[in-house]
Amino acid sequence: MPTTEALTGGFSDAPVQAARAFRAALEVMARPGHIAPVTGAQAPGLSGAASVLLLTLCDRETPLHLAQGSDSAALRDWVAFHLGAPLVPAEEAMFALGSWAALAPLERFRIGTAEYPDRAVTLIVEMDRLAPDGARLTGPGIATEARLSLPETAAFQRNNALFPLGWDAFFTCGDDIAALPRSTKVEAA
Amino acid sequence: MTDAAYNFAYLDEQTKRMIRRAILKGLAVPGYQVPFASREMPMPYGWGTGGVQVTAACLTPDDVLKVIDQGADDTTNAVSIRRFFERTGGVAVTTRTEEASVIQTRHRIPETPLTEGQILVYQVPIPEPLRFLEPRETETRKMHALEEYGLMHVKLYEDIAHNGAISTAYAYPVKVEGRYVMDPSPIPKFDNPRLESAAIQLFGAGREQRIYALPPHTKVVSLDFEDHPFDPSKADHDCDLCGSGSSYLDEVIMDDEGGRMFVCSDTDYCATRRARGFRGALSSEEDAA
Repeated sequence: MPTTEALTGGFSDAPVQAARAFRAALEVMARPGHIAPVTGAQAPGLSGAASVLLLTLCDRETPLHLAQGSDSAALRDWVAFHLGAPLVPAEEAMFALGSWAALAPLERFRIGTAEYPDRAVTLIVEMDRLAPDGARLTGPGIATEARLSLPETAAFQRNNALFPLGWDAFFTCGDDIAALPRSTKVEAA
Repeated sequence: MTDAAYNFAYLDEQTKRMIRRAILKGLAVPGYQVPFASREMPMPYGWGTGGVQVTAACLTPDDVLKVIDQGADDTTNAVSIRRFFERTGGVAVTTRTEEASVIQTRHRIPETPLTEGQILVYQVPIPEPLRFLEPRETETRKMHALEEYGLMHVKLYEDIAHNGAISTAYAYPVKVEGRYVMDPSPIPKFDNPRLESAAIQLFGAGREQRIYALPPHTKVVSLDFEDHPFDPSKADHDCDLCGSGSSYLDEVIMDDEGGRMFVCSDTDYCATRRARGFRGALSSEEDAA
């Protein structure tokens, strides 16, 4: 029997809450390493931050991949009600959500084409910890250097080497988000 | 104050999500033009429909919006766009560069340096820097993919061959992070050095359906040659109202006998300086008092 859990956990004032959430997403994507809080949504089994990003960026035009561990019947119902996003395998996804381990192997995801590098996946990576320490980041959006507790460095270096192709990642933990676009150079701490 | 008949900031939520996704990909690939499904806006193409859509996607109710047209806060285009967002978004507006969190601009970068936390939204007529050299979109797209920008250097070289100097004075092409050649919109080349900024810069072209972006501190180099280095020139004059020797100037014809004056194109910068007591060569008596 269906539950009503899928019907709750959305924005109560979508235009304003989505606008505030997007500004946070814009700030963190423009300034890699910057961490910003977002609030207002709760999907079953996800962090508040990941739920907000889904509501702010995904809809029926964005094929979404739910990785093992995050994928559940309850979440599928929530996605169907709030987003209407088609659930697809990793290879077809415009957005993909899961833990770092569950999203691997990353080679499956779309990295854009030489003529349309924007047609690449955006990963939403659920993290246990998100802090301004660890890997050293340089590149567009960073005045000198920034630090972010990335799950690893090698995958981000390989991704950056593909520039202007490659995927872009949001990191979510509790109510916090951070981001790492493909343009950022990553060095181990 | 908000017109309740409209959604916040006019656009519907699905449209805003589509624009927001394009902005994020634009930030991830600085200088690359992301296609987006530009909507018809309640103003004609050429009046900043691209900039308005980008601004609408970025605004929150807490923002303070400034809109300038060629540096001026008080021209038709600036006034109507500012009123549009006052009515549909209920946002606060200002003419002071330092007080604004979002600035929409047509063809100027404010004289006052922008800071972290500010967003500068450009209205762009022709986003493709190679368009006047190669009219086919399929070809220019391939040229960007292959990083084939020789044609642009030939154009600048022909300028030198014909005129002795690079005669491009506005929309001067730049290379972003050593990869994409980008049209900075028709800002005077005087403004090009300010494209390296602490603010987030977003570019919206409504008719041409493109969005592109520069994250803060992105490396932006104006194209030039070793023996003809880039020169961000301006009128060799001081502002006749505030006396500034470093701002970009408009030339104003005063009469039929060749009388003219030079004034800051950035009205906020000029007014702020005058309020602080700075005076130019043609300041009126009352001003000086």
